[in-house]
Order: sequence, then C-alpha cells, then structure tokens
Amino acid sequence: MIALTINGVAQQLHASSNIAELIIELQLTGKRVAIERNGEIVPRSQFNNTLLTVNDTLEIVVAVGGG
Amino acid sequence: MDNLIIAGTTYSSRLLVGTGKYKDFNETRLAVEASGAQIVTVAIRRTNIGQDASQPSLLDALPPSRYTYLPNTAGCYTADDAVRTLRLARELLDGHDLVKLEVLGDPKSLYPNVIETIKAAETLIKEGFKVMVYTSDDPIIAKQLEDMGCVAIMPLASLIGSGMGILNPWNLQIIINQSQVPVIVDAGVGTASDAAIAMEVGCAGVLMNTAIAGAQQPILMASAMNLAVQAGRSAFLAGRMPKKIYTASPSSPTTGVIGS
Repeated sequence: MIALTINGVAQQLHASSNIAELIIELQLTGKRVAIERNGEIVPRSQFNNTLLTVNDTLEIVVAVGGG
Repeated sequence: MDNLIIAGTTYSSRLLVGTGKYKDFNETRLAVEASGAQIVTVAIRRTNIGQDASQPSLLDALPPSRYTYLPNTAGCYTADDAVRTLRLARELLDGHDLVKLEVLGDPKSLYPNVIETIKAAETLIKEGFKVMVYTSDDPIIAKQLEDMGCVAIMPLASLIGSGMGILNPWNLQIIINQSQVPVIVDAGVGTASDAAIAMEVGCAGVLMNTAIAGAQQPILMASAMNLAVQAGRSAFLAGRMPKKIYTASPSSPTTGVIGS
C-alpha cells in the first residue's frame, strides 16, 4: 500500500509500484493522459521505470473542450 | 494563395475555434467542420479518476491527424501553472509545441495578467515552445511579446465570452501595423459582423469559441463565421473606398437624365 496525492486528492493505492501499474490500478488503460510527478513531467516511455515513492504528488491530465 | 502562416506552417483558414461549451462531442465536431477551421484550441484538465476509460474523448471527435491542436492555459493565474500545463500538453500531444498561452488576472473579467504572461512566455520560448499569446490590446505589451519571440499576438477584442465585439479597433490597428507576426483577435467576438470587422481592420485571423457554441444554432453560426472571416479578409485585401463625410457621390451618370 502506498499513500499518494493524485489530482489534489489523498489516495492509498494497493497494487502500484510504478507509473505503468498506477495507470492500470486507476483504470486509465488506453486513455491518452499526461503525468506530472512532483512537478516533473514523466514521459510516456518512462512509465515502467518511474517508481512511486510515499507521498508523491501526481497530476494526471487529459485534453478537454476549451476556448 | 492568401494563406495564414504561423511559425512557418501554412493554413488556408483564418478562423481558429475553441472546442468548449458544446452540448456533446458530435455538436463540437459538426461546428468545427462548418467553421472550416484547421486550428482548434483545447484545454488541459485533471482526468476524472474512476471514469469509464472507454468513454469517447475529444481526440476521437476531432482527430489530431486532421486538426492542429492548440492546447491552451485557460484557467491559469500564474506563469508557473501555465508553464506546467503546457509541458503536460506537449507530453500529451506527442511533442506538439504550438501552444496558446493565456494567463488570467481576475476571475470576474478574465482579463489577462500581462506580467505573468510575459514571465511564462519567456520560459516557454526558452524550452522550445511556439507561443501564440493571448494579451490585452496594449501595443507596448504586444510589441514586447513579439520581440521575445511569440509566434502570434492575440489581443482581446473584448472580454472572454462577452460577445461584445470589437471595442477598440484603433488599438488593434496600432498592433497590426507594428507587428511582423500574425495578429489574431482572440475573445470578444459575438456575431459574424464582429469577425468581419476584425478581418477588415487587417487582423490575420480570428479565434472564437462562445460566439459559435453559445449561438442558438451553433453549426449555422459556425458557417456564418467561416463566411464572415473570408468576406472580411477579401474586403481588407480589396481596400475599402475612402469615407466621404457629408459628401454624397452618385453612382449613376449625372448627364442624359430624361427631361433635362
């Protein structure tokens, strides 16, 4: 179990040790997202290699309609 | 061909449209198609955790292969938030670096904070972004943003979403006359005549969202805007007749009138 802040909300994740697993646990598989971890962009190619640590702050974003 | 060139890329349409405030993605798609726009703005927002990932997304309705996406920083009030948002956008859109920078100063008027805007533009340009910048219609700030390396200057015509039209064509004219990069009116257009006026003044393009999405019939308005931008551009290129105040000039021959 790991405590993280995701999109401003404190969460406990059970099955994730890296970003790729986090995507699966959050049911975001197949969705086009971009992720910032502790203020730094995590490139998609690095999802597997980017380990989560306790109290990481993540932002997970998508493109939506806007002007 | 009379094309719009932004950062070396050629576009045949001078109308840029936003993708917000539509009833659904289908209406978004139909309105964008009717507008003839090739560049569409999108916002970057936190994903809804737990939402069904199979739900259709904006990217399905408007394939990035067909449209040039212009991620914006709408809703950002600091240079830092704007820069972070666009770094995320670049990652999201596979390295796409043409962006719309907008840093707001006040939630009521949505007026731009030009000081934060300049700060953000500085960082973004250093990081290789091609920055199209939303700003006030202050010619000094516009010039400063151009000198820094912004690829398009986008002054407001009136407040975002207000539909008040072109309130200060004289300032726009000053900005247009001094700029080497495209000047694109962004915000404030309410109806087709507003878009035509912006183009007649000499703007390189017009960016709008609410004027189309907020119309009673958005798709019909999108097509009206498409025509208005083209009409306004042609009128600008044609060069209007001089205004003759208090002096009429007949269009028909003054001689040969019967009974004379």
